[in-house]
Amino acid sequence: MNWKTFFAMLARDAHVARRNAIQLILQTFLQPLLFVFIFGRVMVGSGYMPAAYKSLLLPGIIAISMVFTGIWAVAMPLIAEFQWTREIEDRLLAPIDVAWIAIEKVFAGMLQALVAGLMVIPLAWLVLRPGVEISIHAPLTFALIIVLVATFSACGGLALGCSINQQHIGLMFGMVITPMIFFGCAYYPWSALKTFPILQKVVLINPLVYASEGLRATLVPQFPHLSITAVLAALLFFDVLLLVVGLRQFESKAVS
Amino acid sequence: MAVGVRTQDLRKVYSSSPPLGAAGGFVARADAKGGKQPKTQIPALDGLSLEILAGEIFGLLGPNGAGKSTTVGVLTTRVRPTSGQAWIGEHDVWQEQARVKHLIGVVPQRPNLDFSLTAREILVFHAAYFGIGSRLRNERADALLEKFKLTERATQMVRGFSGGMMQRLSIARAMMHDPQVLFLDEPSAGLDPQTRILLWEIIREYHQAGKTVLLTTHNMEEADALCQRLAIIDHGHVIAQGTPEQLKASIPGGFLLRLRFGKQTAELLQHLRSLAGVREVRALDGTADGTGADVYADRGGSLIPEIATLAANSGAELSDVHISEPSLENLFLHHTGRSLRD
Repeated sequence: MNWKTFFAMLARDAHVARRNAIQLILQTFLQPLLFVFIFGRVMVGSGYMPAAYKSLLLPGIIAISMVFTGIWAVAMPLIAEFQWTREIEDRLLAPIDVAWIAIEKVFAGMLQALVAGLMVIPLAWLVLRPGVEISIHAPLTFALIIVLVATFSACGGLALGCSINQQHIGLMFGMVITPMIFFGCAYYPWSALKTFPILQKVVLINPLVYASEGLRATLVPQFPHLSITAVLAALLFFDVLLLVVGLRQFESKAVS
Repeated sequence: MAVGVRTQDLRKVYSSSPPLGAAGGFVARADAKGGKQPKTQIPALDGLSLEILAGEIFGLLGPNGAGKSTTVGVLTTRVRPTSGQAWIGEHDVWQEQARVKHLIGVVPQRPNLDFSLTAREILVFHAAYFGIGSRLRNERADALLEKFKLTERATQMVRGFSGGMMQRLSIARAMMHDPQVLFLDEPSAGLDPQTRILLWEIIREYHQAGKTVLLTTHNMEEADALCQRLAIIDHGHVIAQGTPEQLKASIPGGFLLRLRFGKQTAELLQHLRSLAGVREVRALDGTADGTGADVYADRGGSLIPEIATLAANSGAELSDVHISEPSLENLFLHHTGRSLRD
């Protein structure tokens, strides 16, 4: 394993991210903040939603921000770089095993997802306060969950980014990302689906469900949530599955 | 220590479309042939064996779709061969990829520069991927930018560069880690004559430093001017190999006279064969090129009066004559019956 090459590629990604910082920040934070403002302030303030909804919403918003950022950070550059310009080839020709180039992308995506998740907490808290009752009473579990969430989102970005073409980006959002967000138990707890028993089972194939429920379990345990053991097991399963699929797709794209 | 390159019986069949650089005219031809099959199997290499000596400039010459880019792809770890083996020095390209990538520099047919970076950053990050220390990589980047006349544009994003500038930067990038073997896939395609001469000078200079250079081209002049040895490939295998002089000497006579007649008779062809200096006559009957003959001979223009007389005597009107001197173009035509530009 050639660590010098790995860190040089990571430095390149960091350099590009710094250059596009403003765009990245808007892309990452604008949507969750608008969401928090409308649902947490406008809807709650006008009495259409109970005040407790603020606290219920926050973990979901963190989950969405992390997952969306992780997927975006890995998938979009890969889609562009594997296209006509084949920009990725300078890294494919670097003296390192091809799989490590994919792992570097995943690692960079994880870091971005973690930064996004951790920055949404204070931002959302600023918009929502007063009345948000969150507490990190099990910091290790919380850390483990956000790392697992960052990993599956970056691995998902790898799998998606290596599976679709530029002309299908719109389709990816319409068919994958949007249903994932709406059926991801981000805006409501999983138990709220009990009146739709079939749907409640079906959404369990959506990894965002475990991200939302896991963050809910660690940040606002006063609300109903899936057990932490189930969440950890499911997140681990999705991490491994998406990494394996992503690496396979990457290698088939990288070598003809 | 210079490093050679070797391939043994390489085969490559694409079951999906070949990579962009390697597509060329081959896809169209394969489609025309195998249109019935729902899943097109596109053969690109068909038992290609090459030996490129350490420290030589070697040229792969062939028409579009001959398998040149696929060969470069296999040798640079970008294309997995269906069967066969390839080595850079002692290292098997598939077994020891990271080692091999250390030894090679690659200039692709179409620039694949990192559009998120400036020209200088492209060079510096490239060297960093190869583990070159910060001071050395900055020095080298500045020297190469200067050499390729890109210093003024060093801090600009490459998205707005012209094709020639991108090509120059691609070559500079390939040289950043001082590779032992430099691959150039159609390096002068799309370059203006001035830049082409600069490129040739740089390739020669690099070679003088003891490096091996493998370039692909369908430009005869380039192959002739640069390469110490050549392999002519078509349909994925080598059809002739040697120094440009050896190859040219292998054409019967050397001169090629392409004759066109209004009509022609077997008797006329027989007479042509008996002319002094004529080595070989190939009749072209009703081909797309029309009716006529390709005459390989030791002399060129001085044969024309005799040919014209013979044609007039047998009632065949000589409608067109084209004389070419000994060249690789003729060689290609001799071996394949097709012009390189077809």
